[in-house]
Amino acid sequence: MIPVDYYVALSAVLFSIGALGVLIRRNPLIIFMSIELMLNAANLAFVAFGRSHEIQTGEPFFGGQIFVFFVIAVAAAEVAVGLALIVEIFKTKKNINIDELNSLKG
Amino acid sequence: MTAMHFSETVTGGFFFLAPWLVFAPLTGLLINVIFGKRFNERTVGTIASLASGAAFVVSVLLAYSVSLNHGEVVRWRLAEWIHIGTLHLDWTFRIDSLSTTMMLVVSGVGTLIHIYAIGYMHEDVRFKHEEGRFNRFFIYLNLFIAAMMILVSGDSYMMLFVGWEGVGLCSFLLIGFWYEFDTLGRSSWANSNAAKKAFITNRVGDFGFLIAGFLMFWYLGSFQFDEVFAAVAAAPQEIIVAITIFMLIGVAGKSAQIPLYIWLPDAMAGPTPVSALIHAATMVTAGVYLITRSAPLYSSVPEAQYIVAMVGAITALFAATIAVGQYDIKKVLAYSTISQLGFMVAAVGMGAYVAGMFHLMTHAFFKALLFLSAGSVILGLERGHHAHAHHAAHDDHGKKKKEGKKKEEQHGHGDEDHGEVFDPGDMRNMGGLRKTMPVTFWLYIIGTLALAGIFPFAGFWSKDEILLDASLHYPAVYWLLTAAAFFTAFYMGRQIWMVFFGQARTDAAKHAEESPKVMTVPLMVLAVLSVVGGALNLPFEGFHNLGHWLGHTLGEVEGLPLNLQVAGISTALALIAILISWFLYGRNPLKTGQIDPLKKPLGFVFTGMENKWFVDEGYGVLIIKPFKWISQFLADVIDWRFWHDFVHETVILGAYNWISNSALNEYTDQKGIDAFANWLGTATQWISGLMRKVQNGFVRSYALSVLLGVVLILGYLIFK
Amino acid sequence: MTSDLIVFLVLSLVAIATALGMLFSRNAVYSALFLVLNFVTVAVFYLLLGAPFIAMSQITVYAGAIMVLFLFVIMLLGVESISSPNALPWQRPLAAILSVILVVESVYLILSRAQPDMSIASPDASLNTMDSLREMAMSLFNNYLLPFEITSILLLVAMVGAIVLTKQEKGEQKS
Repeated sequence: MIPVDYYVALSAVLFSIGALGVLIRRNPLIIFMSIELMLNAANLAFVAFGRSHEIQTGEPFFGGQIFVFFVIAVAAAEVAVGLALIVEIFKTKKNINIDELNSLKG
Repeated sequence: MTAMHFSETVTGGFFFLAPWLVFAPLTGLLINVIFGKRFNERTVGTIASLASGAAFVVSVLLAYSVSLNHGEVVRWRLAEWIHIGTLHLDWTFRIDSLSTTMMLVVSGVGTLIHIYAIGYMHEDVRFKHEEGRFNRFFIYLNLFIAAMMILVSGDSYMMLFVGWEGVGLCSFLLIGFWYEFDTLGRSSWANSNAAKKAFITNRVGDFGFLIAGFLMFWYLGSFQFDEVFAAVAAAPQEIIVAITIFMLIGVAGKSAQIPLYIWLPDAMAGPTPVSALIHAATMVTAGVYLITRSAPLYSSVPEAQYIVAMVGAITALFAATIAVGQYDIKKVLAYSTISQLGFMVAAVGMGAYVAGMFHLMTHAFFKALLFLSAGSVILGLERGHHAHAHHAAHDDHGKKKKEGKKKEEQHGHGDEDHGEVFDPGDMRNMGGLRKTMPVTFWLYIIGTLALAGIFPFAGFWSKDEILLDASLHYPAVYWLLTAAAFFTAFYMGRQIWMVFFGQARTDAAKHAEESPKVMTVPLMVLAVLSVVGGALNLPFEGFHNLGHWLGHTLGEVEGLPLNLQVAGISTALALIAILISWFLYGRNPLKTGQIDPLKKPLGFVFTGMENKWFVDEGYGVLIIKPFKWISQFLADVIDWRFWHDFVHETVILGAYNWISNSALNEYTDQKGIDAFANWLGTATQWISGLMRKVQNGFVRSYALSVLLGVVLILGYLIFK
Repeated sequence: MTSDLIVFLVLSLVAIATALGMLFSRNAVYSALFLVLNFVTVAVFYLLLGAPFIAMSQITVYAGAIMVLFLFVIMLLGVESISSPNALPWQRPLAAILSVILVVESVYLILSRAQPDMSIASPDASLNTMDSLREMAMSLFNNYLLPFEITSILLLVAMVGAIVLTKQEKGEQKS
């Protein structure tokens, strides 16, 4: 028996690692991957909570899983567009260092 | 006029027509104002005369109604005027025997003068080259009739005052009718100055009237005649004296008595019908009417009555002496008018109201007749002058005339082809007119006899009644008036001899032409009235018609029988005066350029008469000069140097400059508000400079700040 | 300490380790491969939580399709590593500190409010997987039909968008 909180705590740790990746890496592809990691952390929490709910009520419950299903689908779409953007940026600037994409400043 | 209703019981009659006294002339006025430009002169004059005639018809009907009503006072309320607190003023027509008498005189004489003016103005506007003003003249005349009707029909002192000011305005407008000329038609502001003189002098009188009105309202509590008279008994004697004396100042202004008579001779600058209507027959008698109307006030204070009588008597004599020394035909008549007004004022001052009103009426007839005849003479001379000038020009300066004509047109008026200005009003330019203007001559004779008080003309009866009253109670007044009557006969005789007898002293007089019928017919009517007017109030038992009639309003007075001694003395003196005048002027007619034969024997006295006893000059030195000096002082020293230079420029401007520059601008605005605003701007700039560093364009830093936010929120949740 | 907990802890260590591996690898290809491992580990967690369908989806879609796409792009662009100097030198330590604080805070929050009765047992071996799947499908196509369809549209739009973005314009010079 594993308390649901352990799953959630794991999810939090993974999420934090993903966030750290977004912050410190300069390669947009790795930043993208970190984002995927964060999404996964959230998915894990969904499934864990869904399972916990199912056990507590005794009824079959699929809300958490179905939500994760949608997240995966959206992530796939996001990756498709995002990677296309990165390719396009690379084609324009011959470089994809995220720190050089700073023309949007005050 | 839907708001008309009765304020008191009225039995039958034509009282409902009362408002048309005012509205008939106003209607004529409006028609001429709106359409006058399109009508020809005859139509304009006819409309104006009909409007005035309608007022006369209404007056007749009202008089008839009053007699039907046994002289009862009828008050016809037309409209509410002022209702404030205890002050209740309505526009109410007061119809009684006194007011209808005045209405008849005003509208009757007025209508005749309207008709006369059609002929007179026709030529006058042509001599002045201003045909467009014909219409305006009749508009003013109708306005005058309306204002005069308001005056005589008012039921309160305030309503009377409205008319009083209205006629004053019309007088001003008509004296200044040829405002850009002088009396001889030269370009000058003389006429307009005369108008201003009349208006300003009347302001002095109106000031007295207003003070009287204020006192009346304050102590007697009303302006309405009946209420005022009812309150007289309870009021302190001094107050009544004060009211009557202040009212006398108003009377002196309007009726040209000493000391305010000086405007009337100058008022002759107006066209002659105006002199006849306003400055002889009607408007100037408003003061006499006012005193008669205020009879209960004056009768209660004998001191005031004595002052009024003396003012009238002295004026009568004083003006008569001036008239002797005048050369202008209208100026003589003007001083004669002042003198005769003095007779009336003296009469009403003595309490002889009926005599005063009687003389007012007869005087209206014969003085209007005289003035209009004088106008006829002047025009006749003018015609003669023009005919002769043209004739001469044709003969001698055929070419020059064209140039002259051009010049004339350029100047708009300017009479002369040859240099000297011809004065058609100067009696020294006349002579022998009885041959060229026979109708005018006979009319003038009738007017003169009436004025001189020769039996049986109207003036004899009315003047005699005044003298009779004076001889009974006021001997000083009697002697003054008798002397005045002597001078009256003298200057009228002098005028007749100078104007109509002897030889023509100028070419103009030689070629003078008679006036048309439209002018002479009204004169004939007036002449008839001047002859038979005395029948109104003959001093015989059973013939005191006017006395009875006015008795309804003024209280019944016993009509005095004819006193042969008084009548004999005055008539004898008049005849003697005429004889002397014949001796001086008729026996040896004046030659061209000859000085007046009176000048030698009388010396400086005649110089005084000639120059109006230097009263105008005296006023100039005593009042106008100090007034100008004070005005100059006030304007120069007080206003300009003190108020403007010192108070405004130095004190106020300096203080303002100091406040605005130093206190407000420098310290408050620049060092306070500006500094704060600038500091605010600097601080904002500095802070935003700091803040913009956050917005560095690095997407990772933005993410970092998001993370920071998450951390802080979680920290808050933990430590909550 | 039950077997369940041992399995959980071991798997957790693997997941964290692979996540950190992804984070610190200099080469992007290694990062991607570490991430694949991480996704597989998470898939095992899903199995433990009785969600076999999601676990399979995770492996096929995420670890398979998406990560292959990533690797493909990395290799296509040749951006395995970025050598230019760091423009934000202060960002790294600050981010590290904040992340540590975030971990501490969140774990503390979660564990301090732990409810002992809410534990999850491993799924029964007797559980019929097919029954569970059928029921989930019923739920998905009945209760969540609209979001499902919208997701399909989203995927279509993303596909179109990706094509438009990367498409070579006619006449444009080839880079």
